[in-house]
Amino acid sequence: MIHLEQVSKTFRRRRVLDGVSLDIGAGTRIALVGSNGAGKTTLIRCLLGEYTCDGGVSIDGMDPRSHRREVLGKVGFVPQLPPPLKMPVGDLVRFAAGVAEADPARMEEVAGRLGLDMDTVCRQAFVKLSGGQKQKLLIGIALGRDTGLLIMDEPAANLDPESRRVFFNILAEREREAPETVMIVSSHRLDEVAPLVNRVIELDRGQVVLDDRVEDAVDLTASLVCTVDVPRPDEALAKALGEWKFEADAGGLRWQGAVAGPDRLRFLGTVSRYAGLISGLTMTEAGK
Amino acid sequence: MKNLWLTAKLDIAESFRARWFLIYALIFGGVLVALLVTGLTESRIMGFTGLSRLLLTYIQICVAILPVFILITTVRSVAGDREAGVFEYLLSLPVALAAWYWGKMAGRFLVIFSPVVLAITLAAVWAALRGFGVPWAEFLFSIVLLLSLSWCFLGIGMLISTLTRSPDVAQGSAFMVWLVLLLFLDLVFLGLMIQEQMPAESIVGIALANPMQVFRTATMVLFDPQLMMMGPAAYVILDAFGRAGYLVFGILYPFALGTVAAGLGFVIFRRGDLP
Repeated sequence: MIHLEQVSKTFRRRRVLDGVSLDIGAGTRIALVGSNGAGKTTLIRCLLGEYTCDGGVSIDGMDPRSHRREVLGKVGFVPQLPPPLKMPVGDLVRFAAGVAEADPARMEEVAGRLGLDMDTVCRQAFVKLSGGQKQKLLIGIALGRDTGLLIMDEPAANLDPESRRVFFNILAEREREAPETVMIVSSHRLDEVAPLVNRVIELDRGQVVLDDRVEDAVDLTASLVCTVDVPRPDEALAKALGEWKFEADAGGLRWQGAVAGPDRLRFLGTVSRYAGLISGLTMTEAGK
Repeated sequence: MKNLWLTAKLDIAESFRARWFLIYALIFGGVLVALLVTGLTESRIMGFTGLSRLLLTYIQICVAILPVFILITTVRSVAGDREAGVFEYLLSLPVALAAWYWGKMAGRFLVIFSPVVLAITLAAVWAALRGFGVPWAEFLFSIVLLLSLSWCFLGIGMLISTLTRSPDVAQGSAFMVWLVLLLFLDLVFLGLMIQEQMPAESIVGIALANPMQVFRTATMVLFDPQLMMMGPAAYVILDAFGRAGYLVFGILYPFALGTVAAGLGFVIFRRGDLP
């Protein structure tokens, strides 16, 4: 599906990508990880045909620069930073659907499933939406059409736990309906995206330093029932668990809630900050 | 063609929401209203009165400020969009680069041209209602000349936007281009060059190459067929081109220059990094 041959990119004598060669087959789900400046965004822009580069990039045998419309017609992209567009949300959806020859109602439906009230935001300027609302809309535009390649840069970073759960469900549906879809998820941290992928590629200073398979038995649609016990109520922990939509008992000593399967590492990361306050923790996969 | 129209529509909608457009429309509408309110149509200077007088004054104001407005707003919005990440996202959608670039230019052209045309059309309607004679041929030619000037500076603005990566550099470069062209008007350096008895060929060459001067001369030819206002230089123009010939040149040259500049900008845009 994707073939990269010795791809290099230099900005004013600074080599940002240095001879990257990769073969990515149909159905591969990749975590593209690396620190800031490792070359992730540059690699994505080369894949999207937005940057010129040395070496060869081909998607389904086509150069994304010379066959822009054919290639990008199959690509759904979610950027890390939403663009500061002043246009109303409705206009943006209509424009994206128009150029991609897709159904705007489908894009709106995906954004709606993620919790974005399209009737309310339709006339609002995109730039005025909250970070989470922008992310939901951009995910809706990317996933609300038929694509063979999904490129997402920290797609769930601004989503609340419930929206993340829905997002994982939508990805699971896509995986079932179109198993040949290639997905590239860029992130600073592997633990953020590990449950979504089956291959990890790490970049460092423009070079591939790790290319490995990820074995994870987590079902994208799984849900974990969690209980957190604390010996005494704590305001900071209460706030953190509240953000995960957990509810406390009358005394505030037992918290219960559900965590989406692919979010388990992220959840454990959150509670690990309060490890000294926790007297008990259970996580049980629902239905097992 | 559908993508070009969608991009143009998007740019028009974005511009209508931008603060620069409000200021732009207020200035070009406001200048005209000010000219009407101050009773310019009823005054008579050098034989001009009524709508002719108003159009001539309005167009001479346009020659100074319209190009700089077009240049600055175009480069600020295009280079600014690129820096802010708008290009990264919108160009990840399957829109052809030609449709994107020319669609953006077409949308912007409509946006910058419409307030000026609307203002002088309203002036013509007002003049007709007040019983002043409306010189329809001059009125239509004025519109076409303004259209050509706008296209010219829009093209130059698009070229500067593709040559520079930062909005600040783009804005500085646009201002420099405008300043150089303004300085080489007959009122400034060109007049000085004549006074210093520089070679006539050089002076005529600069006057014919500077789109602002070409526009200024063409509007003078339009309202003053004998070019009485211009002095001896009028002989060169009238002998070489004739009145009709110069008017055609005044329309075609800025339009061609704008098209070449925009075309060059497109080639650079297509070959380079997009965001």
